[in-house]
Amino acid sequence: MTALWGAVLLSGVYHGVNPGMGWPLAVSSSLMDGRGQAMVKALAALAAGHLLAMLAILLPFSMMTVLLDWQTEIRVGAAALVIAAGAYLLISRRHPRILARVPPSRLVLWSFLAAMAHGAGLMLLPIYLGISGTEPGEAGHAAARELMGRNIGSAFVVALAHTAAMTVAGGVIAAGTYYYLGLSFLKRTWFNLDLVWALSLILVGFSGLYLAISGH
Amino acid sequence: MAFRPDPTFHATAQLAMQAPVENYGFTVMLSPDGAQPDALAVVDLNPDSDRYGTIVNTLAMPYTGDEFHHFGWNACSSSLSPMSGHAFLERRYLIVPGIRSSRIYVIDVKDPLDAKIHKIIEPEEVFEKTGYSRPHTVHCGPEGIYVSTLGGGGADGTDGPPGVFIMDCETFEILGRYEMDRGKQDKHYDFWWNLPQNYMVSSEWGLPPQFENGIVAEDLLANRYGHSIHFWDLRRRKNIQTIDFGENYQMALEIRPAHDPKKSYGFCGVVVDTTNLQGAVFTWWRGDDGTWQSKKTITIDPRPEAADNLPPLLQGFEAVPPLVTDIDLSLDDKYLYVACWGLGEMQQYDVSDPMNPALTGRVELGGIARGTPHPGGGAFAFGPQMVEISRDGKRVYWTNSLYSSWDNQFYPGQEGGQMVMARVGDNGGLTLDPDFYVDFPKGYRAHQVRLEGGDCSTDSFCYPNV
Repeated sequence: MTALWGAVLLSGVYHGVNPGMGWPLAVSSSLMDGRGQAMVKALAALAAGHLLAMLAILLPFSMMTVLLDWQTEIRVGAAALVIAAGAYLLISRRHPRILARVPPSRLVLWSFLAAMAHGAGLMLLPIYLGISGTEPGEAGHAAARELMGRNIGSAFVVALAHTAAMTVAGGVIAAGTYYYLGLSFLKRTWFNLDLVWALSLILVGFSGLYLAISGH
Repeated sequence: MAFRPDPTFHATAQLAMQAPVENYGFTVMLSPDGAQPDALAVVDLNPDSDRYGTIVNTLAMPYTGDEFHHFGWNACSSSLSPMSGHAFLERRYLIVPGIRSSRIYVIDVKDPLDAKIHKIIEPEEVFEKTGYSRPHTVHCGPEGIYVSTLGGGGADGTDGPPGVFIMDCETFEILGRYEMDRGKQDKHYDFWWNLPQNYMVSSEWGLPPQFENGIVAEDLLANRYGHSIHFWDLRRRKNIQTIDFGENYQMALEIRPAHDPKKSYGFCGVVVDTTNLQGAVFTWWRGDDGTWQSKKTITIDPRPEAADNLPPLLQGFEAVPPLVTDIDLSLDDKYLYVACWGLGEMQQYDVSDPMNPALTGRVELGGIARGTPHPGGGAFAFGPQMVEISRDGKRVYWTNSLYSSWDNQFYPGQEGGQMVMARVGDNGGLTLDPDFYVDFPKGYRAHQVRLEGGDCSTDSFCYPNV
């Protein structure tokens, strides 16, 4: 269980340091505005969008946990979905053009779409299902409502913890770039993570598959 | 896709200025009578090279009659936009449209000495997918590659207004029209933008029948060429404001926004004021209330000249109009270069205060009824026209052809393509380098110049200077 919570935070850091999730936008906002304060606002907007994208993926699955008899199938299905998303990103290396239509003033929307387009929520899904997983037959159907409530709650906690880690990681890089390192740092640290990202999804998917089948 | 961003992408204009200087220039050559295919010339700009200042490679196209004019890169510093995630594109392909044929060439210049045609988009595809014709200015931006056009549909390009279309930045497929709401815009020429501030500005020359067979004097005197600029919500693709400079300000051409995206102003050159033959530059800016404003900040007077010395078109006026046909702004937003193609002058203005430009340098070369030769001894046909500034702002290159049929009207009997370079003094000032003189092969004229690694009219920066 600790390992799974570690994975929630680690995936948050991973998303946060990825320029594709928006930390350069926080730098650009503060520079355009000429004040560090603008960075806080931008980071908050990016966090809100990211959180919504996490919840958009986790909540439907948290509700499905009432289907107690189908837990393994749901988790296998979720893992397959994550692997498929990773494989898709691996093969189709095109950029989501929809992001280019979002004006710079709408960072919440941009962050939400960026996370959705990259399958950021999916990366968190098997981890979440691992955390909220229950032993089949542990509780009767009478407890389903209570269980669902608990799982929805844990979806929020997982999404919040992940987003907090992401925001702190992205914020540290953004602030470091803004206050100390300067914009030449931006180019030096911008690596093409497309391949690594797609492989991460596949890896997380297979881990989820393993956890589901082995009954953890 | 590369693992790291292209080293020629820069977060800010400042960083671009500090980057290594250009080793090569790319200049399009056009065959004015279509007798030979148009070509891309690669000029060696490395002073340490044995072949410095010479054409080291020429790539001829497989067709004739394209008439090359403007062109641009597949990717530039705009790829570092935090919003669109194209950071790993390579600055590798030149997108070269034929303004007369509507054909578009994608030329791979990864190795400038072995440039090759990567893709050809046939005119029919441009017509079919966009309803536009006569592609012109090329910029790379959020949604891919944006190309402005001068003509609409139909044989003479007057069936519907011209506009901008978008190409995929990886496959170079034409995706379709840009405009969702064009408002009053019914002519087109140049465009550029400010990416973080999310606005685009476009300008107007005239419709194809007004330029293809030469300037139409009646249309000019009746003020029927373009005289407005249009402001767009870049990502909503909507015209939000049109500014009419006044109908006498004929041909509002080059749009040069400040390179630092924190600034909300820029310039637009106007070829001729029909009331007095002056050339003009307007400064445009966003006012405190958010609306766009403009003001004429540079005027250049015509030069009186005996009718006998003038081409038939100008004899009635007994004067040489300056004809401001191109302007270019250095990356530090300090100097604006103004090509006076009629007068035969390249002027340099300090525009640190964009509302009060100050003339800081000028060079005479070519010109109607003047024909000033190059200090190196070579002839210079026509006048200074397409101008490009090195990223560090120290060297200014230019060529001499405006547009085949217009060259013939304003400079009847003249022929030739030249590219020259002037050096900028530490405190401004402009001096022609007598040793830099590229004479293009016989039968060719020269138009736009692009510099290896980007220049002052290609790259859009996504982060402000610090």
